[in-house]
Amino acid sequence: MATYSTNEFRSGLKVMLDGDPCSIVENEFVKPGKGQAFNRVRLRNLRSGRVWERTFKSGESLEGADVRDKDMQYLYNDGEYWHFMEPDTFEQHQADKNTVGDAALWLREEDTCIVTLYNGVPLAVTPANHVEMEIVETDPGIKGDTAQGGTKPAKLSTGAVVKVPLFLGEGDVIRVDTRTGEYLGRARD
Amino acid sequence: MANSDWLPSASAATLRRRAALLAAIRQFFEQRNVLEVDVPLLGVTGVTEFNIQGLSTVANGTMAYLQTSPEYYMKRLLAFGLGAIYSLGKVFRGGERGRRHRTEFTLLEWYRPGWDEYQLMAEVAQLLAAAGLAQASTPSTHRYGPLFATVTGCDPHRADLTQLQQLAAQYAGANWAQAERSVCLDLIFSLAVEPQLPRGLVFVHDYPACQCALATLGEDQKGNLVARRFEVFIDGVELANGYFELTDPAEQRRRFEADNRRREAHQLPVVAPDEHLLAALTAGLPPSAGVALGVDRLLMALLGLERIEQAVPFSDV
Repeated sequence: MATYSTNEFRSGLKVMLDGDPCSIVENEFVKPGKGQAFNRVRLRNLRSGRVWERTFKSGESLEGADVRDKDMQYLYNDGEYWHFMEPDTFEQHQADKNTVGDAALWLREEDTCIVTLYNGVPLAVTPANHVEMEIVETDPGIKGDTAQGGTKPAKLSTGAVVKVPLFLGEGDVIRVDTRTGEYLGRARD
Repeated sequence: MANSDWLPSASAATLRRRAALLAAIRQFFEQRNVLEVDVPLLGVTGVTEFNIQGLSTVANGTMAYLQTSPEYYMKRLLAFGLGAIYSLGKVFRGGERGRRHRTEFTLLEWYRPGWDEYQLMAEVAQLLAAAGLAQASTPSTHRYGPLFATVTGCDPHRADLTQLQQLAAQYAGANWAQAERSVCLDLIFSLAVEPQLPRGLVFVHDYPACQCALATLGEDQKGNLVARRFEVFIDGVELANGYFELTDPAEQRRRFEADNRRREAHQLPVVAPDEHLLAALTAGLPPSAGVALGVDRLLMALLGLERIEQAVPFSDV
């Protein structure tokens, strides 16, 4: 893998730090006129999701990390692993609960999502920004009440719970923003 | 390449304000009988300073350096007896690129024979007021030592190296625990003290002796050996650096040699001492105060610009 010097650090560059793959969030060059040049760098540890702040000597370098995002189709969950397939090669990958994390709430079989591979192995799963899901449990809908205002919790087929307007009922299909968990609207039927 | 890539990196309004700023600076010095000198940008010697990387080229078959500041040429003019002088032009420092740094930038540098650093600090505030900087009406002045001690609990003049290394590691990470004294001070000051500096126009003076560069050494009230050097900050951002200038040729030669030993130890290119400067100091440099001020950063402060590219016409390199 190539190495990258501090002056090549750009937001989104994937590098190895303390044995973990990280993505560079921000890189600021700092230098007192007569003094030492250094770079104040914020990196997201792709394993833990935590953001680290480090100070490097300018010109220091880090090894690149073999991290790639791939569009994959979510196939099924066998109780322990989530299974994904690359649509072009049909190659399959499995990911455990730690790797899938909260994305599990937004994965519907056959939906496309992004699987982040580190050295060819899934490191993280990102669902599509918008998904359509069926309401499986909620208080009965109040017909005709499409006015602004009240919401109620509704449980979706994957187990996720979102706030929806009062007029919706079980069996309705809705669109949800997976980044915020917010109801966007009824799916077009 | 996108179709808009040929456009300047600054707005038309900024470029007009920039022209007005350059004119205001020249008018300020003209009114005070300070002579403009446009010394060479390309010289046969560079600087030995450890943290400043000169760019070199070959001209007429010999090595030549793009100047990192007009300082050496201006000191030769001071020794020549030209009196108070200023230079307003471009300088080049390799490896410097960021939100507030460019390899090529515009530097205003001026010298006042017969003045000390305190008289010059007052004139810096007057120049900034003439340039239209609102904060220039209420400058505050602080000694480096107490500022540093208030934030870190450590006296920068007296702390031993281990203490400074522990502090540097605390603010910058364990990979700095072996850093040299001056590097520790730079890290701690930049990361911990600068963000706590008062807003507005701030002068910091009496620097640690190991950061003297081309300033004379002196004693503060507590008997600490200090560099008679000052820095100017606007809202926590470094704007200028000034000295009560070193005039002793023997001490100047020792500092050149010490710089080069440090360069050698870190596998950096050794730079031949500027013998013309040393000869000028031997002939006699009047006691003088001098200061260098970043003009692009001043424009950023005047207009509230976030990035240095927005302050200059083009920023390709």
